[in-house]
Amino acid sequence: MLTLTHVFYGIGALLAGTAVLDLRDRRWLQAAFWAILAVPCLAGDSILAANKAGTRWPAQAMGAGVIALAVLASLIRARKVVDDPEDVRARAASAARLGNRLFLPALAIPGITLILVLGARIDALGITAWIEARQLPLIALGIAATLAMVLGIALTRARPVHGLIDGRRLLDSIGWPLALPLLLATLGGVFVETGVGKAISALVGEVIPTDSAVACLLAFGLGMVAFTAIMGNAFAAFPVMMAGIGLPLLVKLHGAQPAALGAMGMLTGYCGTLITPMAANFNVVPVLLLELRDPHAVIRVQWPTALALLIANLILMAVLVFR
Amino acid sequence: MINYWPLLGVAVVVAGFALRRNPMLVVVTAGLVSGFAAGKSPGELLALLGTTLVSNRTLLLLAVTFPAIGVLERAGLRERASAWILGFGRLTVAGLLIPYLAARQLLAMVGLIQVAGHAQTVRPLLAPMAEATATRRHGALDPASRERVLALAAATDNVGVFFGEDVFLAFGAVLLIQGFYDGQGIHLDPLSIGLWALPTAISAFVIHAVRIVMFERRLARRLPEARRVREPPAAPPGEVG
Repeated sequence: MLTLTHVFYGIGALLAGTAVLDLRDRRWLQAAFWAILAVPCLAGDSILAANKAGTRWPAQAMGAGVIALAVLASLIRARKVVDDPEDVRARAASAARLGNRLFLPALAIPGITLILVLGARIDALGITAWIEARQLPLIALGIAATLAMVLGIALTRARPVHGLIDGRRLLDSIGWPLALPLLLATLGGVFVETGVGKAISALVGEVIPTDSAVACLLAFGLGMVAFTAIMGNAFAAFPVMMAGIGLPLLVKLHGAQPAALGAMGMLTGYCGTLITPMAANFNVVPVLLLELRDPHAVIRVQWPTALALLIANLILMAVLVFR
Repeated sequence: MINYWPLLGVAVVVAGFALRRNPMLVVVTAGLVSGFAAGKSPGELLALLGTTLVSNRTLLLLAVTFPAIGVLERAGLRERASAWILGFGRLTVAGLLIPYLAARQLLAMVGLIQVAGHAQTVRPLLAPMAEATATRRHGALDPASRERVLALAAATDNVGVFFGEDVFLAFGAVLLIQGFYDGQGIHLDPLSIGLWALPTAISAFVIHAVRIVMFERRLARRLPEARRVREPPAAPPGEVG
């Protein structure tokens, strides 16, 4: 049965292969960086299993790896990727030759993902017999991407090794920020474990005027935005703000409807995600993927949408949650 | 008694970003500060860092598409995407991005979140199409305008997925909300939570669609020479990316 572990073997192979190619190019820091990042992909399950069984050194070594990733990231200097005019001509010629057939493998990624996810809901197809149902959309993406690569290589008559060479080019164009979302999520986990959430909700609960429902709602909404912006993730902010304000003050004291408050509170947090560089996978990674010069280019076009939507959402909450 | 010292970690994050230190270093330092402030031993803290890293590795998943996208880009996928979109003579940037926003929201609403994204669709398809459309419609883009068009394409993907997610299906956010209430003894049906996301989803669509239209008007004003040149440029716009 295919599980997410197999998908991670694929990603681990790409990262390890990139490390080897970087070694050959004598780019030592990059090689070390990608090699460390390959470890959770290739050996993640064993690390977690060993930790559960009481053998803690693999998890501790991985923890040292986290620190090493951060140090390496601060030492690596970004290298401007220059586009060779020869390559530009070759790409134009190839695009003209292959025409719309080029779209086929590209659209196979969403297409096959879609078919597998929808097909899994039809029992007769038996898709869940060979793909683990719990993580199906993610595994489906892995399968689709692999098939698209095979299709692409066949269509363009590239050598199979180009899967690695061209995949590495994309990895290189992003560089260390690829791992930033991962480290931010790790920080979120550490904050939960060390009681940061509890401390913040205790503080917040003490400073707001509790007898006004609207003041509580404002504190809840703006708190979601601010804490999401700091953590880069509304999922980390939600339990903190709910425990501090949402549940004790809005639901229990002022009679807010829990389902409406939960859903709209979370989405209010998403307005914070749109404006923070801490949400690296949404706001930093695309800047690198699109090779933009301004590191905050995406946030700069997003913040007016975020602000207007925040105001709309606060009004919607005030109208809808106290009914 | 609540221990307030771990909050130092939050202070490290804020200070680190304000001082523009490398974010990876800031994040790891904040984790270490917060951990030691909570009284954890170095061994415990290292194991905690290691296990949370492994548990969150799903965030590396976008790399799985890189080999396929990389091979196709070498063969000229982005060039083809811009040439193809130029076949639609009257298309505007808004006419491209607003339907993408709607499709992304609707797909996310039924749980199809992974079918699009910055690596899967924005870089290889949507961004070159948006650039080509803007160039044909409004004339050659100066570097700042070009950046803004590409960033708007990425932003449109973000808004679509954020405010479509979780309306009809119990995925991520809805499960987290339900789980939180469950732990507090309030039992809710996932669908009853998800449907409350609908008013926000509609607001997000309207607000961002209006902004896309306004963006294009401003672009047309910033590049006035395009108004005089009625004929679209013969060659596809220069190099993409």
